[in-house]
Amino acid sequence: MKPAPFAWCAPATLDEALDLLAGHADAARILAGGQTLGPLLNMRLATPSILIDINGIGELAGLHPDSAGLTIGALTRQSTLEDDPKLAALQPLIAMAIPHIAHRAIRNRGTVGGSLAHADPAAEWPALATLLGAHLLARSKSRGRRLIGAEEFFITHLTTALAPDELLCEVRVPPSPPGAGYAMLEFARRHGDFALAGAMVRLTSDAGGKLTDPRLVLFGTGRRASRARRAEAMLAGVSAGTALFAAAAATAATEIDPYDDLHASAEYRRHLAAVLASRALEEALARMNGKRHD
Amino acid sequence: MTEPSASPRPIRVSVNGVDHERTVEPRLLLSDFLRHDLGLTGTHVGCEHGVCGACTVAFDDQPVRSCLMFAVQADGHRIGTIEGMADGETLHPLQMAFWELSGLQCGFCTPGFLITARDFLARNPDPSEPEVREALSGNLCRCTGYQSIVAAVLEAARRLRQAPPARFGKS
Ligand SMILES: Cc1cc2nc3c(=O)[nH]c(=O)nc-3n(C[C@H](O)[C@H](O)[C@H](O)COP(=O)(O)OP(=O)(O)OC[C@H]3O[C@@H](n4cnc5c(N)ncnc54)[C@H](O)[C@@H]3O)c2cc1C
Ligand code: FES
Ligand code: FES
Repeated sequence: MKPAPFAWCAPATLDEALDLLAGHADAARILAGGQTLGPLLNMRLATPSILIDINGIGELAGLHPDSAGLTIGALTRQSTLEDDPKLAALQPLIAMAIPHIAHRAIRNRGTVGGSLAHADPAAEWPALATLLGAHLLARSKSRGRRLIGAEEFFITHLTTALAPDELLCEVRVPPSPPGAGYAMLEFARRHGDFALAGAMVRLTSDAGGKLTDPRLVLFGTGRRASRARRAEAMLAGVSAGTALFAAAAATAATEIDPYDDLHASAEYRRHLAAVLASRALEEALARMNGKRHD
Repeated sequence: MTEPSASPRPIRVSVNGVDHERTVEPRLLLSDFLRHDLGLTGTHVGCEHGVCGACTVAFDDQPVRSCLMFAVQADGHRIGTIEGMADGETLHPLQMAFWELSGLQCGFCTPGFLITARDFLARNPDPSEPEVREALSGNLCRCTGYQSIVAAVLEAARRLRQAPPARFGKS
């Protein structure tokens, strides 16, 4: 349970980190919060010969709200977001999700970029980025800057569109649409564990009360977090008061590809997905209508 | 430019207010540095993959898993361990409450619970019981069944609201 030997370096600037990645792309791994990579190294499931520790690169951390939305630096710790009083107004769904990510001691180190780059299908960040239509900025010496849409970024289980020499630098989240109602529900064995299944919802309506661009993302239920497009289509344009949430949730549960593992069977995950999706749709509606303020 | 190297390198770390200089291999875990190099064996090691919380220490006043950090990453930083929690012979109110209300049996998990709870009460001085349970959900105890731990944290919170110790929050 001790890491195999590795060479370590801690660049102080982004430029230096990109140079190091360019020179050692095949042998090196980025070390951000270490809350995923640490266990892999300790168990020797990962044995990179070089670690590029980005924790000293201040320019990669921080929140920058502007008219184009919210830009979050890859090195921003989950607890920094948790403690930021602006977040709940800027991006309610992110504020709802952060307390479900592991535990405080892990959120004190774990970073937004590390979570996105790791692409665990049960993790909250890939689901957030997918639902909110975020773009991820990757940089490298060979390709320069690449802005990648969330749905192109997450390819499958633990696999992203990042090239070996690319560093994920920031995530850009478009502004929250006026009057949106959000919900996020997940079921985990213990608080802070990875979800067995989870659902995130955003509802908005037009002046006539018809749902516009409803979004439903399920996570922990397949190879990656994904939008339930058929369920969304059932709800789009429907008057919010009469929307058939249970039917849409049942459809969503047919759009996923859940897996069996030690913690739950695929069938149980599918059942959870339908229940959570239906409840999350109801909750988001109550918030959109101003009937829920938590 | 910083070239990657596996060679041991010098670090300087402040632990419980005392500076230590050592030369360490990059792969040395912070938990092993504290226990083996500094002899501070109050920080316990249960799982070495972030799940049990026994190795929790304060890193620049924030609780972290010392099994998921390397000693080289602590260079120039402040660490607080369980050895620094009491004020000389005077136990911290959390330690007193754990003692009086049997918040420990074998004691293996206790340092991690105390470091976690100290930070939690600094951020939330008047928590509800469910909030305490959630805050402690990342620390595993195989002995107590948690009831007495939760009771001790609630009791310590009550006492701290009445008389916060001068050193509270310091690590
Ligand atoms: C006990 C426990 C419970 C957890 N529970 C949850 C949970 O409920 N939900 C959840 O979402 N997560 C959970 N996590 C994971 C945690 O959130 C991790 O911190 C996160 O997934 C990875 O972030 P990190 O900064 O620690 O990345 P690291 O561990 O440092 O890196 C993870 C991977 O991403 C790569 N990487 C990191 N940063 C970059 C970058 N900027 N550019 C390119 N590649 C990069 C690394 O090379 C590595 O492959 C848990 C972890 C633990 C130990
Ligand atoms: S030993 Fe570090 S969390 Fe278990
Ligand atoms: S007292 Fe024995 S593990 Fe908690």
